[in-house]
Amino acid sequence: MSAEDNFTIGLEEAHSWLGKKRHEVVGEFDVERGYIWSACAAVQNGNPLYWDEELAQQLTNGATAPLTLLSAWFRPHYWMPNRDTIPLPWQTHFDLKTTLALPEAVATDSEVAFGEPVRPGDRISCSETLQSLSEVKKTKLGAGRFWVIDTVCHNQQEAWVGTETMTGFGYRSQNVS
Amino acid sequence: MKDATANYQCLTIQQVCAGEQLPELQHEVTATSVILGALASRDWRPMHHDRDFAQQRNRTRDIFMNTPNQAAWLERYITDWAGPTARIGRYKFRMGDSICPGDTMVFSGSVEGIETDEQSCCWVNLSIALCVNGDPKTRFTARVALPKDLKDNPWARTGTQWQP
Repeated sequence: MSAEDNFTIGLEEAHSWLGKKRHEVVGEFDVERGYIWSACAAVQNGNPLYWDEELAQQLTNGATAPLTLLSAWFRPHYWMPNRDTIPLPWQTHFDLKTTLALPEAVATDSEVAFGEPVRPGDRISCSETLQSLSEVKKTKLGAGRFWVIDTVCHNQQEAWVGTETMTGFGYRSQNVS
Repeated sequence: MKDATANYQCLTIQQVCAGEQLPELQHEVTATSVILGALASRDWRPMHHDRDFAQQRNRTRDIFMNTPNQAAWLERYITDWAGPTARIGRYKFRMGDSICPGDTMVFSGSVEGIETDEQSCCWVNLSIALCVNGDPKTRFTARVALPKDLKDNPWARTGTQWQP
């Protein structure tokens, strides 16, 4: 049986990533209130924590960003001078697809835990860690492997602000029996 | 000093019961709401603003709501109910079908459990569904800290006092 048939292409390399920080990224801009209000407006979020400065001062010691906006703070600009390619979020997910020769992949589950609130002026950084890589599994989509990737985020003071955990499934659809 | 929370409804843990249903939230999804949410979350991928791309490459009915936008709606749904003193510790979700312009999203949810951790932080565990035409499109669970009483503030917790 070939390496492709038994899903062992790139397996040793992928296993070498387990538990190691990869793709460390520093946000390309400071957290700012214009984005916070645009994000609230997009979902008509009237939480006074983001609109009433007196309340924000009392509860959170000043302005904070909506928690679920966390990933926006380290998303790259769509374009900037002297850059030919746009870095991808969840780069490890795409690296696994390529390395394991699994042409299709989907995110099946996502979990986010929040730490210190993100505040205007913060600069958020993150790194990805491959936490697990399954044996070959067969699903209705096809045969492939599940993986779990953590993206751990900190502010400029190294305080933990959140962790996104994504479960992905990379597969070949033609291998369904 | 004036209490700024007095102007708003802020649920305490004493006002919540296991099994309680959260009020529904309904929203008519438009192309504007899909695109606004994608851009607000800095998601520039074409399936969230280009109908031709979404139909031809993603085989979806239309452009569709991106994941962080759904999460933002979830956050709004929770804090509409619990108020500004509520602090989300974590949420988990599994997405099914896409949500497109023309759909009417309906969020519904219930309190699955209440607990107090070893740091005396009070938590509610929520189960929430985002449905279109009665069909669940995304299912969420969320763990949300609520004040123990009117003097408590979950946002004041830092370091080991905060265990989401």
